[in-house]
Amino acid sequence: MRGTLSDRMGAALLMAPLLLFLVLAYAWPFLGVVKWSVTLPTPGLGQYGALATDPLVQSVFIRTLRIALIVTLVSVAAAYAITVVWVRGSPAQRVVAEFCILVPFWISVLTRAFGWVALLSNRGLINSWLQSIGFISEPLALVRNEFGVIVGMTHFLIPFAVFPLASAMRSLDDRVLLAARGLGSSRMRTFWSVFVPMTRSGIIGSALIVFVFSLGFFVTPAILGGGRSVMIAELIYLRIFQSPDWGLGAAISVVLVLFVGALMALLFRYVRPKQLV
Amino acid sequence: MQQPGRAAEIKAIGIGKSFGSFRALDNLTLDIGRGEFLTLLGPSGSGKTTFLMILAGFVKPSDGRLFSDGVDITERPAEQRAAGMVFQGYALFPHMSVEANIAFPLKVRKKSAAEIKRRVGEMIERVGLKGHETKLPAQLSGGQQQRVALARALVFEPGVLLLDEPFSALDKSLRGQMQAEMKRLHQETGTTFVFVTHDQSEALALSSRVAIFNHGKLLQVGAPDEVYDRPANRFVAEFLGEINMLPLKGVRAADNGATGLCEDRAVSLRGNASIVGGNAILAIRPEYMSIAREAAIGENGIAATAIASTYLGAATKLDLTTRQGSRVTVSVPNEVAAAALSKGNSVWLTWPAEKGFLLPDGGQ
Repeated sequence: MRGTLSDRMGAALLMAPLLLFLVLAYAWPFLGVVKWSVTLPTPGLGQYGALATDPLVQSVFIRTLRIALIVTLVSVAAAYAITVVWVRGSPAQRVVAEFCILVPFWISVLTRAFGWVALLSNRGLINSWLQSIGFISEPLALVRNEFGVIVGMTHFLIPFAVFPLASAMRSLDDRVLLAARGLGSSRMRTFWSVFVPMTRSGIIGSALIVFVFSLGFFVTPAILGGGRSVMIAELIYLRIFQSPDWGLGAAISVVLVLFVGALMALLFRYVRPKQLV
Repeated sequence: MQQPGRAAEIKAIGIGKSFGSFRALDNLTLDIGRGEFLTLLGPSGSGKTTFLMILAGFVKPSDGRLFSDGVDITERPAEQRAAGMVFQGYALFPHMSVEANIAFPLKVRKKSAAEIKRRVGEMIERVGLKGHETKLPAQLSGGQQQRVALARALVFEPGVLLLDEPFSALDKSLRGQMQAEMKRLHQETGTTFVFVTHDQSEALALSSRVAIFNHGKLLQVGAPDEVYDRPANRFVAEFLGEINMLPLKGVRAADNGATGLCEDRAVSLRGNASIVGGNAILAIRPEYMSIAREAAIGENGIAATAIASTYLGAATKLDLTTRQGSRVTVSVPNEVAAAALSKGNSVWLTWPAEKGFLLPDGGQ
């Protein structure tokens, strides 16, 4: 934080609307949620106790973590490959990569989820094509299960994984890569033992962003999971709008927010916010 | 470049490089001898770094061939040439310790763990980095990073070591220290060193030969005293240090040199009479000129008026104007400068016949 006092006041003024909005739209309602979690249906920590013992809640938590982990691994790996092309490719390659990264942002998450249903369902494009060429006789179960959820989420999250990686790759000193090759290292070896380790902060940032996003995913798992692959956000929705069991729903929300908060704290210990954009 | 432990001999024939319509390097032919310390000197954009990158294999020449120990390596990629290279800014691997940085070229060559440990240990000792083995580059001072870069580039005993302005980030005292160290490493390893700099004093101090570049052309190659005392043209003369230039008329060949008229006085030159007939420029380095009360008959000398002085500590730089209006700078003992300024300001400038040389009149 440099600058004179008036500079800092100016910065504070510029940030004030966002802060106010965050307090009014998130912090205040969240306090209400915390209150529900310890008052409904009866005051006390009973809902948290139930959370720790309820096998359904636990299986949803474990599934959510598993899906989030797989989605993170696949998204970051795919984003890494795209980003290498985007940042270090030829001008023509860069244009193509940029197009692939930006287009998904223009299409709504709902449209994309239904697009995947159209592709992956039993009578969808992929199954009918595989059947028509005689490769399979029965349709493959590609959707309404974890696989469908993972495909849809990965597709949604890859572009978000790109930016921290791009920032890390852009700030990398080309001479270090030249030095590695000049010292006798093949392109492959230079990539794995110099380029990848040097973009470590980008990988961490990218992975944490995708992971945190995946934990709270709602629309994509609800549509592509078809009720059979419920994740935490959907469970909260079911508890609050269908059971209705507001206390448990609220307790799950609080645990999720605390968990994500802890992950963000970890993220900022390793990576400066500036490196994420 | 291919036999470890043996200095390479490099031959560049007609090397040229164009980037689009820009001619970065033009028709360069140069032999680099086994174990020599060659400096490529020139202003930025002169082609010296392009040539270094061509030697390293990072840049493919547009024309010409490059030979190492008689083998054509023009098409050989950088990782197979494996010239040791020290970059401007060092380009150390930031995520590796000092030890791991130095071990890298050996690991890439699949040396045994025992051999790597031994050679890295020796190298660390040699460049004086003992006690810093496990530190990361960011934890080292500029001079220490420089040593890591040198150690990493020398540990696999390359036939040639390429250095791209390695000292540009160091302060002056550290620079001198690193220069001495590099000279010592050159003697100890016996490897061919090719060193790029735009600092003429560094070039003269370190090299066995200096190659001077400008606008993509190699202008002159020679031992430091050769290029300093007998520059091939005006650019080289001016780039290597301060120089006084006086118009010389009626240049004629004479015994062992030439004579001509400088400010209406006959002056003679010994050893360098490349331009004979008509007019030329007589060039003399400031430190070869002296202040005298008068010039003896037959001695080179012109009359001048002292106009300003700059105290430099060990000596004083004196600015003078000749009778015909040429500006001259000389470097003289402090008391001589004081006397010249106080004594009605009119003095004689003299110089030995062998210290003057001729440059073409006008142009380059």
